[in-house]
Amino acid sequence: MVNLIWSVMIISAIIVSAINGNIGSVTQIIFDSAEKAVGIAFSLISIMTFWLGIMKIIERSGFINFVIFIVKPAAHWLFPGVPRNHKAMNAMLMNISANLLGMGNAATPFGIKAMDELQKLNPRPDTATDDMCTFLAINTASLTLIPTTIIAIRTATGAQNPTDIIGTTIVATFCSTLTAIFCDRLYRNYNRWKNRSSTL
Amino acid sequence: MYDFINQITLWVVPGLILFALLYASYRRVKIFDTFIEGAREGFGMSVRLIPFLVGMIVAIGLFRESGAMELLSNLLIPLLNIIGIPADLLPLAIMRPVSGSSALAITTELMNTFGPDSLIGRMAATMQGSTDTTLFVLTLYFGAVGIKKTRHALNVGLIADAAGILAAVLVCRMVFG
Repeated sequence: MVNLIWSVMIISAIIVSAINGNIGSVTQIIFDSAEKAVGIAFSLISIMTFWLGIMKIIERSGFINFVIFIVKPAAHWLFPGVPRNHKAMNAMLMNISANLLGMGNAATPFGIKAMDELQKLNPRPDTATDDMCTFLAINTASLTLIPTTIIAIRTATGAQNPTDIIGTTIVATFCSTLTAIFCDRLYRNYNRWKNRSSTL
Repeated sequence: MYDFINQITLWVVPGLILFALLYASYRRVKIFDTFIEGAREGFGMSVRLIPFLVGMIVAIGLFRESGAMELLSNLLIPLLNIIGIPADLLPLAIMRPVSGSSALAITTELMNTFGPDSLIGRMAATMQGSTDTTLFVLTLYFGAVGIKKTRHALNVGLIADAAGILAAVLVCRMVFG
């Protein structure tokens, strides 16, 4: 699917450029975008380095146990393949709590760390596990309680009450998250059913 | 209320660091040594992402700049009228799952053009806040650990985005319409 979207985007872009007579700009766009991409990766180094350091402190001190205590029941239901107190569970809980508070940048290093730990539980390293898919489903649906960036933009553009979209955002984000969890469960059960009937 | 929430958002990151350090010193953790131990992993993780980021951002840049995205929006306008999404929001709805920074730019542009307190401005804000950049998250997270077969993750992400976008439009119509 990623392969399809990626190639369709590039092929259609080149064809449209040719029809519009803009074929000359294609090369320049490729150079500029590639440079931007490396820039993003490099700006990630700074935040990743700092947050992974802080996270190690939080992990080592046992502070994570407070968070786990609150979200644990839901997490065990969501990720049945991850053992209790596994590092992957800690990282996922950190990621989900950071997202809840609108700390997108802080959530990313936790998320990548979680994938690293989930990968250690993966019997087939090139294929996503059920728990990875569930984790990404929750992440792409972005369960947020405080949409920080949007509030900042609304303030900047002169909104009367910049936070008045918090209510609608929470409702919409719950809709997308519940949809993600529901679809993910359907896929999980369908795959399990398919595997069972193929072994019979 | 705004001041209160504003204070919370200002305090979230420093507060977490403060609390973590206070608790760690109470538990007698060697704080700086532990920090360095964790921080050492940051560089390698970021560098491993470069090929994935370059591939995706080039494709998105070409798709937007060439006019192919505009063409797609024009084709879809009749369909959108049935669902009730204003056509002005279509570029945002398409871009939201694909590129976070481009979507943010479109949202800012919509608020400037229509006003942050207009229905379209509020719908854009709610859309931007309620879903994440599915393609980016998948590329980043699966890329970091070298997963190539992503199974149902992309489908689930896109379905959830569609649900979030529709919910944003409907809820804003009910609350602000």
